Amino acid sequence: MAIQARSITKRFGGFTALDDVSIDVPAGSLTALLGPSGGGKSTLLRIIAGLESPETGEVWIEGRDMAGVAPQERGVGFVFQHYAAFKHMTVRENVAFGLRIRKRPKADVNRRVDELLALVQLSPFAQRYPSELSGGQRQRMALARALAVEPSLLLLDEPFGALDANVREELRAWLRRLHQEMPVTTLFVTHDQEEAMELADQIVVISQGRVEQAGTPSDLYDRPVNDFVMNFIGPVTRLDGRLVRPHDVQLQVAPTGPADEAVVERIVRLGFEVRVQLVLADGQPVAAQLPRTEAEELELREGDIVHVRATRPASPAVAA
Amino acid sequence: MKSRLALRTVALGYLTVLLVLPVGMVFYRAFEHGLGKFFDALTTPQAQHAIGLTLLVVAITVPVNTVFGIVTALALERRSFHGRAVLERVIDMPFVISPIVVGLALVLVYGEQGWAANALVASGIRVIFSVPGIVLATMFVSLPFVVREVAPVLREIGSEQEEAAQTLGASGWQTFWRVTLPAIRPAVAYGVVLTTARALGEFGAVAVVSGHLQGQTETMTLYVQDRFEGFDVTSAYAISVLLAVFAMSALLGMTYLDRRRARRS
Repeated sequence: MAIQARSITKRFGGFTALDDVSIDVPAGSLTALLGPSGGGKSTLLRIIAGLESPETGEVWIEGRDMAGVAPQERGVGFVFQHYAAFKHMTVRENVAFGLRIRKRPKADVNRRVDELLALVQLSPFAQRYPSELSGGQRQRMALARALAVEPSLLLLDEPFGALDANVREELRAWLRRLHQEMPVTTLFVTHDQEEAMELADQIVVISQGRVEQAGTPSDLYDRPVNDFVMNFIGPVTRLDGRLVRPHDVQLQVAPTGPADEAVVERIVRLGFEVRVQLVLADGQPVAAQLPRTEAEELELREGDIVHVRATRPASPAVAA
Repeated sequence: MKSRLALRTVALGYLTVLLVLPVGMVFYRAFEHGLGKFFDALTTPQAQHAIGLTLLVVAITVPVNTVFGIVTALALERRSFHGRAVLERVIDMPFVISPIVVGLALVLVYGEQGWAANALVASGIRVIFSVPGIVLATMFVSLPFVVREVAPVLREIGSEQEEAAQTLGASGWQTFWRVTLPAIRPAVAYGVVLTTARALGEFGAVAVVSGHLQGQTETMTLYVQDRFEGFDVTSAYAISVLLAVFAMSALLGMTYLDRRRARRS
């Protein structure tokens, strides 16, 4: 394990940010800390980096106990949501910062900075100041700066949180590729489940200062341990008093087994996917998601009465 | 359109009556009898001593209060400690207390009947009616300028850049020199200008602790008052002009440095 956090507790005044939290981050993985804002994910990341100290608990990085180890000595690269660019330095100077601090020979510094600028596709911008870059470029600069000192861990705090949707998309794909080329153990914080599902090979769901569940993306999607995780990790709807995914709701004109009658209230066609909003006899709303071909076969129209049932039993943990 | 013109007239008129006219008159009076008389007034031994003393006071006060100001601003904005709220209030005391009260307070502590008199006599240091007292009084009244300029800027830039520097391996000292100081430099520069102007121009607090010994404890402002009361108005105006020139050079010098830096980045 590259990172082991054991029973971390942290309070700010009367507010408990983290309550007995333990996580494991496998070496070489791309792990996401996922959860709603204010749930304690960023605090945990900052504790691992040494920027905050926990009241109780231990952090181990690559088998070393980090108690009393300063952030400078932890060998972690940290990327902040708002870039934390050194505004009075050029892009080149920003990236070179850690190497200059380590008093590396000038030729080595220049070579390494050139490599990194090429890696983050900022070579033409080397002499610019951060204020002359776009948000996405600033964040790539911050990444290059963190990678320059060859950290054993890369910690990213909502790295794409301040960016536009399309830039975010682009940077995600880019980070995934970067991680394949340079498999540094990476732990990133996000409140965006799609981002976590797309990027991470390991997700830890954190809410209200506690770990709800840890596992692979498909573990969490298919086998959530509770309603919170089920709800947070993907779309849900309620049927027969349980949460199910809308794509697991089957619509039939003639029932082939036990099913509930429902009125089609609204049909939204999103290209390949069709979303159907229905109302059960008792007034409860249900949402269904089906592929276009299936919707066409059913010849659904608003106002039709159909039969609904869950095709896939909800996860055992939820049903229990 | 008309209202904007009216507004401009009012603003300019106000400035003229309050600022331009009186200062202009001082300049006019200083040069009324020609450049020769002006320079004569500046080169008497007493005038030379007053100029030297004021520059000495500025040379001690400004660096000391700048360092103190930066350290205090950092303590206020980057550390949490008991008594932080108290310090926050105490810093502003020199702004709210009349300078003459500051002078009297210093006499009470360091004067011949003062609280620290015995210790001072024993070590042979004279504070009141002497240069150390003048320096202390000037430092007291110009204390808050740098803190009050720097603290809001520190709050605004936040601590993320400093944290980034730390995770990149920079020690506290390296972080300060390479990251924090460049970010607060314009605020420090402005604080230095204000401190310099106040140190040059302080009268009330200095008047109480100086004792007005000509050629010994007379700063430029005290010398101006002395000449004015002695009906040597040309000297009074000449020194006044020099005071104004010093203060404005400090302002212009800082503006120039700031511009050059702004152009570089």
